[in-house]
Amino acid sequence: MADKATIVVHSGDYDKIYSALIIGTGALAMGMEASLYFTFWGLQRLKKNGLERGPLSKMHMLGLGKWMIRRRMQKANVAKLETLMREFRDLGGKVIACEMTMEIMGVGKEDLREDWIDEYGAVGAYVQEAKDSKITLFI
Amino acid sequence: MAHIVVDVKGETCPIPLIETRKALRKAAEGDVVEVVGTHQASKREIPMAVKNLGLQLLDITDADDGTWRIRIRK
Repeated sequence: MADKATIVVHSGDYDKIYSALIIGTGALAMGMEASLYFTFWGLQRLKKNGLERGPLSKMHMLGLGKWMIRRRMQKANVAKLETLMREFRDLGGKVIACEMTMEIMGVGKEDLREDWIDEYGAVGAYVQEAKDSKITLFI
Repeated sequence: MAHIVVDVKGETCPIPLIETRKALRKAAEGDVVEVVGTHQASKREIPMAVKNLGLQLLDITDADDGTWRIRIRK
């Protein structure tokens, strides 16, 4: 069995979603398996049209900071989050949505990008994935 | 045996690594995948991925304009 990376995506911040998806796709590219477990604020990013919507974790400045960072990223030709998510899934990455968060926040499956989600799970799903993982991160 | 060229010039982290992996997945055994890029960190990382995937790194060449070429045999 290939080595595995399991990442809890707790934050919904724009820059942290980048971290999660870059590490996830990087792990897959290096020949590992990878799973992303979206929970709490992270789960909000799985909503329809939600992926790029997160605030910047620092210096958001009512959106001005994010606007500036996005402009710089565009100039540096950084891939969009949508692209990274598509690549993550194309390379065989797994996306798990936290069911408890969905309940607490009143999010239904129909509100989410179901085409991205492989599984709806709870803590057991994470532990099951993490116990066999060489890398596990909480972002 | 095919020779597949992956052009990732101007692309930044993690796209060169992803495109390399995608090409290697599609390639048949014995094919040569040649990655051409400009992102310097990727030039160091792609050989690491090749090693992890248990494939053969043929060579790495640099051009004067900062472009690198990495040839991998599947």
